Amino acid sequence: MVSEIPDNSVGLVKPLTQRFDSSITLQSGAKLPGFELVYETYGRLNEERDNAVLICHALSGHHHAAGYHAREDTKPGWWDNCIGPGKPIDTDHFYVLSLNNLGGCHGTTGPTSINPDTGEIYGPTFPTVTVKDWVQTQHMLAQTLGIDKFAAVIGGSLGGMQAMQWAIDYPDRVAHALLIACTPKLSAQNIAFNEIARFAISSDPEFNGGHYQTSGENPERGLGLARMVGHVTYLSDDAMGDRFGRELKSGDIALGQDVEFQVESYLHYQGETFSKLFDANTYILMTRALDYFDPAREFNDDLVRALANAQAKFLVASFTSDWRFAPERSDTIVDALIAAGKDVISTTIESTFGHDSFLLPIPRYFGVLQAYMGRIARERGL
Amino acid sequence: MREDLRIIANLIKRDARVLDLGCGSGDLLEHLAHAKNILGYGIENDADEIAACIQRGINVVEHDLNEGLQRFPDKSFDMVIMTETLQAVDSPHQLLDEMLRIGEECIVTFPNFGYWGHRVRMLTSGNVPVSQPIPHRWFDTPNIRPCTFLDFEQLCEEKDLRVVQRLVFSSSYRTGSLMKRFPNLFGAIAFYRLGRAS
Repeated sequence: MVSEIPDNSVGLVKPLTQRFDSSITLQSGAKLPGFELVYETYGRLNEERDNAVLICHALSGHHHAAGYHAREDTKPGWWDNCIGPGKPIDTDHFYVLSLNNLGGCHGTTGPTSINPDTGEIYGPTFPTVTVKDWVQTQHMLAQTLGIDKFAAVIGGSLGGMQAMQWAIDYPDRVAHALLIACTPKLSAQNIAFNEIARFAISSDPEFNGGHYQTSGENPERGLGLARMVGHVTYLSDDAMGDRFGRELKSGDIALGQDVEFQVESYLHYQGETFSKLFDANTYILMTRALDYFDPAREFNDDLVRALANAQAKFLVASFTSDWRFAPERSDTIVDALIAAGKDVISTTIESTFGHDSFLLPIPRYFGVLQAYMGRIARERGL
Repeated sequence: MREDLRIIANLIKRDARVLDLGCGSGDLLEHLAHAKNILGYGIENDADEIAACIQRGINVVEHDLNEGLQRFPDKSFDMVIMTETLQAVDSPHQLLDEMLRIGEECIVTFPNFGYWGHRVRMLTSGNVPVSQPIPHRWFDTPNIRPCTFLDFEQLCEEKDLRVVQRLVFSSSYRTGSLMKRFPNLFGAIAFYRLGRAS
């Protein structure tokens, strides 16, 4: 519980739900007969309606990006360090929209929802969704909120992919795209790690072909294991070494004990906590969306052509110790943007924290964000 | 207005694609955008300079010139500019090749270490010169590749680089007949516009 909500917090916030009754066709060709998106907003939309910023979440994220739902909350939203009055994404200037993406498990329609056509839980039958589908549904949400054009679309990792897709699919509706710890497509190694995660989930006896909710089960062990594998890829060798080294739980070696090293107990804790809060089918669906993301594919594998119609200005930021989406992947995006003649600012932030860096208040990183957002605010006289 | 910016702007075509190596806080790119409507990008390695570019909305790529320019394709720019940075890179000769690979032409400026003032100081005090265009002492200077007009032109000849234009300036970018006649002795700043040998 927070004793007092800090001054630079957006404070107490309430998730809202937007229902869409007409059916939409997804990239896969599947139709979804109406859906709901859960979202939050921080700050105020100005009269000109030109100060809206969209936050796109990453693999395990959701709509609750900043502030607190209740005074009893122990933790604020997942990007609270970055969003709020006086913070890099300054809610004194910007109207910030953050939603839970389609297929999510935090209130937005997804595998845990009821399929109105059958009256049963979607579970594994929920259609495949892609980054393109998310961007399409985000655009629908923006329209209901009276936002014609975003001052910025911002995201880290999978969120950065959405920001890139926005610039490609809705070129005249995004002024700035901020791509943080991003990649133009997953590598074979990235896909391999995702497949290990999915296989861990589907191998859990309680997975039941994805129908675990109907049968009253939950593949917690599989999902926990998936998260453990994922977590290793989010950190760097150095970050793990600094944090855990070879520290032992009991202080001394006790050969044959189950959990010996601190890093083991940390990973188990991460896995267990996550598996109680997240839905296994959503995890599978979101890792698939990661795997499929490849905007150049529609353009004969030419990223320059894919970005040719973009009108946004870009910020591309990467982190030196990120081996999941290494700085070279961001460089590929930057080089394509330059070849396409787009405005781009690119920084490589020194950090030892690996892919996770994009969520951390690293001084130079936040300085870059603050400076860039400050410029967007000045351009609009905010 | 800064004289060096005006001089460079006069050599750039309207709407050109320009790459500025070691762009600093983006003064040149900003000026060229206003004066010639260029599409410009800067390369910079210093966090504070990059922060200044971000504030001003100047396109900048954080990149170490010593890592080379392999990431940029052949003939992808009309002009590649490097002002007063040549003397501070690991391999100036290779960088010149790279600049002319990716650009149609390039502009290179550097402090002339053969300037008479430096020669006099070297002769009289016996110390490596410290002066306004070369304001560092020997142990912490970024200028690890000091060279003169003479040295540079010898390199251009060896590498078959075409000198399109040579200009000679004082440290405040003024010029005069004496320095035009004896650049290596009276020029403080060397200014070259280069092209590929035809």
